[in-house]
Amino acid sequence: MDEFNSSKPIYLQLADRINRLIVSKELKAGQKLQSVREMALSYNVNPNTIQRTYSELEREGVLETRRGQGSFVTEQEERLIQLRGKMKEEQIETFVQVMREMGFSSDEIVSGLRDHLLKMNKGDESVDRID
Amino acid sequence: MIELTNVSKTYKKRSVIANISFTVPLGKIIGIVGENGSGKSTILKMIAGLLQPTTGTVTVNGENAHRRISKHVSYLSDRDSFYPFFTVREAIAYQASQFSDFNLAKAEEIMAYMALDPDKKISALSKGNRGRLKIVLTLARNVPYLLMDEPLSGLDPMVRHAIVKGMISYLDLETQTLIMTSHEISEIEPILDSFIAIKDGALVRKTEVEHLHESEGLGITDWMKKAYLE
Repeated sequence: MDEFNSSKPIYLQLADRINRLIVSKELKAGQKLQSVREMALSYNVNPNTIQRTYSELEREGVLETRRGQGSFVTEQEERLIQLRGKMKEEQIETFVQVMREMGFSSDEIVSGLRDHLLKMNKGDESVDRID
Repeated sequence: MIELTNVSKTYKKRSVIANISFTVPLGKIIGIVGENGSGKSTILKMIAGLLQPTTGTVTVNGENAHRRISKHVSYLSDRDSFYPFFTVREAIAYQASQFSDFNLAKAEEIMAYMALDPDKKISALSKGNRGRLKIVLTLARNVPYLLMDEPLSGLDPMVRHAIVKGMISYLDLETQTLIMTSHEISEIEPILDSFIAIKDGALVRKTEVEHLHESEGLGITDWMKKAYLE
């Protein structure tokens, strides 16, 4: 069963999960999402919560709701690129905040990250080298 | 809409409910939470028209909640009230004979979803399956208000999970509201719109669950630990 963090509204946590699926292209541009009831069942939450998640994502231009047909990932390329940038920014912000709280300097963070990526990339030639 | 206005209930001079007022609109799932003996069941019974308030009023769709309010309200008791010699299918047929709004096709669907054997005698059902059957009988009525008193109590985690799924699947939030009492708070919290917290017969708080998450960063259980220990 899916667990949610009680420090943040469930509808926003779900919006975040959907955004990640879109950025990772598990949900593709123009793809239809599950109906509100199906989604409520897969996450075991109130259908009203899913409705709120969909409305929020629609308001942000990530989803489009077509009457009587359901909700779809937007096909507006620009909006999807924006979303990708925003998700990246948010993730980095969280990471940097935690590192700063522990007292790491910018140089330490950058060099640590570079080393980590280099280690990860060994044996994975397809990934771009970091200078 | 369900509306309680300054409702109190006393049994032989002992106060059970003390001046409670709240409203519940259509299209919601509401949990009533609180310690044993705090008055949760009494509130449900008053909305179902099975008990009358000592003072104050309880209305459902503007009508005073007397016995005949059952035409708007489907009520699940915390006790078993089946004839043990019925089979599952006979219990369903009996319920259909009692309530003209009972939807037999929906009952069959929920029964299959809950993996209940229609030919099994009620006397031979496990506690978990009796719990499932109660859900079928309550959820298959086409009424605006469903009240469930401890629908998950004493059932194993698998059955509780199946019942929560059944609620999500078969409750029609365009036209129905569900109010339930429960101590299984972590299990019902993700499907609640709002909760009503009762302590010693008084209303402690009524709020949206998402509001509690957002404003205080707390789940219902953590909030209760704080609020009830004061």
